[in-house]
Amino acid sequence: MPKPFTTLTAIAAPIMRGNIDTDVIIRIERLVGNSVHGTLGKWAFGALRYLPDGSENPEFILNREPYRQAEILITGPNFGCGSSREGAVWSLQEMGIRAVIGSSFGDIFFANCFQNGILPVVVDKAIADGLAAEVQQTQGAGRISIDLQQQTITSPSGQRHDFAIDPRRRAGLLEGLDEVALTLQRDDEIRAFQAADRAERPWIHFAGKTSGNAA
Amino acid sequence: MQTPGRTLLAKIWDQHVIARVSDDTDLLHVDRHLLHDLGGSRGLLDLRNRNLPVHSPELTFATPDHAISTARGRAGTSKVGQELLAGLRTETSATGIRMFDVDEPGQGIVHVIGPELGLSLPGCLIVCGDSHTCTHGGLGALAFGIGSSELTHVLATQALIQRRPKTMRVRFEGRLLAGVTAKDLILALIGHIGAAAGTGYAVEYAGSAIRDLPVEGRLTICNLSIELGAKMGLIAPDEKTFEYLRGRTYAPQGEMWEQAVAAWRRLPSDPDAVFDREVVIDVEKIIPQVTWGISPEHVIGVDGRVPDPGEVADPARRQAIETALDYMGLVAGAPIAGTPVDWVFIGSCTNSRLSDLRAAAEIARGRKVASGVRAWVVPGSETVKRDAVAEGLDKVFTDAGFEWREPGCSMCLAANGETVAPGQRSVSTSNRNFVGRQGPRARTHLASPASAAAAAIAGAIADVRTMGR
Repeated sequence: MPKPFTTLTAIAAPIMRGNIDTDVIIRIERLVGNSVHGTLGKWAFGALRYLPDGSENPEFILNREPYRQAEILITGPNFGCGSSREGAVWSLQEMGIRAVIGSSFGDIFFANCFQNGILPVVVDKAIADGLAAEVQQTQGAGRISIDLQQQTITSPSGQRHDFAIDPRRRAGLLEGLDEVALTLQRDDEIRAFQAADRAERPWIHFAGKTSGNAA
Repeated sequence: MQTPGRTLLAKIWDQHVIARVSDDTDLLHVDRHLLHDLGGSRGLLDLRNRNLPVHSPELTFATPDHAISTARGRAGTSKVGQELLAGLRTETSATGIRMFDVDEPGQGIVHVIGPELGLSLPGCLIVCGDSHTCTHGGLGALAFGIGSSELTHVLATQALIQRRPKTMRVRFEGRLLAGVTAKDLILALIGHIGAAAGTGYAVEYAGSAIRDLPVEGRLTICNLSIELGAKMGLIAPDEKTFEYLRGRTYAPQGEMWEQAVAAWRRLPSDPDAVFDREVVIDVEKIIPQVTWGISPEHVIGVDGRVPDPGEVADPARRQAIETALDYMGLVAGAPIAGTPVDWVFIGSCTNSRLSDLRAAAEIARGRKVASGVRAWVVPGSETVKRDAVAEGLDKVFTDAGFEWREPGCSMCLAANGETVAPGQRSVSTSNRNFVGRQGPRARTHLASPASAAAAAIAGAIADVRTMGR
């Protein structure tokens, strides 16, 4: 069950290249290999963060102070495009990221963020670029504030921007809800749907037999 | 007042609403949940740890594909891969889920076996913990990838809360030129409108070129919907779809078949349906495509030149091109054809079906893989493998110097040590040319099966149109 998210004032790191995909956020072998949920933080952005010899790439923003302490990412368009791997979100979370601000996100990545208590904020590209520029002017020292209750972002210089968010998802983040438990409360409705649908679309339901026997 | 026409998406969506959650968000029934070795066993264990039963095991199907080796006898499956497979066996058997095991017809890449077994049907809502679930949209299903948390949610409830997407229709009009395939159409579209253009949309592909495509080509088109940014892509079912599905193991039979087909005929978008966005593509302008960069939108015709960042005014775009050229080891402005390759991979949920292997074999027949090139053919399923062997395609490939492998995801996502070495260049029929996708620092060029086979023979990126017969 995700931790509730209410407000956050933190260091933000701009990663403005477009189309940063989930393979770049976390490589598949980190999810198949010995690394598991809880140890993925150091592998986030592995291809950008480390040089071929395994040492840190000093050019990469998250290897520099004060961005090492970043809890917010400001991102270019289509951040998190690609695979459905939730490990991408886990790795960000485990390196301390709690919110991602950008002009567009991969749909599945976006959904996965909410499942783990990370707030993805969609803003106009000009706003994302402006926030990144302000952060860069202060060499990372300027903090960004996000208020989920009020649905506002405040830039280091105090400029406020409203953002929109699906009310259900907002409530889920504010309260840290367990979606499985909530849906199971509606199990009568689910079973009623299945019973009615079995009459309408019997070919969907393999009525009266397990799928294994259906072959 | 007349009711406005409804789209294919709206018709399928509305049929699956268990409860309205908000104006644009619904609790939807999941008709088919496909599990694979990477996420499936973990999801089932997650459920066990929470003391929850699988809600509808008869609607859940499993097979290993991601983490198993595609070497003979599955030699090379890593320790973790073996554990994931063992876990999938144990958990599916304990919960009554049908699993298609290694060497059994039905084993293969989930997005190949779903249509092949008739599990994926028009009007179905299909989910799987894999982003290329959009493939099944080629049969007129509403199909999309989900993450691990949603996977657990579906196992526990057979339902999912989803926000209704906007709709985009892409009409491919005209007749395909020689050497042009479904893969080239979808790559050209992504190059044209961009890898983020589909974000937030369900994309319906339509038009004369889509109607002319065989079902397997339609699956390829829908497979790359996620690379367009769309979580789902759909194609209206038609007589070809019904013929493809008739008699398949899990497809309805007899009277129920007639009943199902009658329902499926009502699914296509009404003529007056309105889409949030429309795109029209003239397919007669499309030639065989190949990617040059690190996003599927970095694509050009095989007769084209790699972009020159010096000619691009926008600094962000210029920077993106420079980064891509640097990673790919390409020279700005150089022709893409003739670029030497080290690897060719024919496989993946995009292009590992029988028709794909036939197209590649047509180019490979009687020729030899260039020296220094390693070329793999990895059939998408046990059934594809057996059918290909029955036609002698395996022999065509091995005679030409290709390696013929066991079914699985293999080098598409490189999850089981089947990787392209750092710095090496691969022409691949898969779906992603992301940084490190086929292994750390591997360089991937996406292309059709025929184009990939042509690259293997030429030892370089080649125009398949010069190799026809």
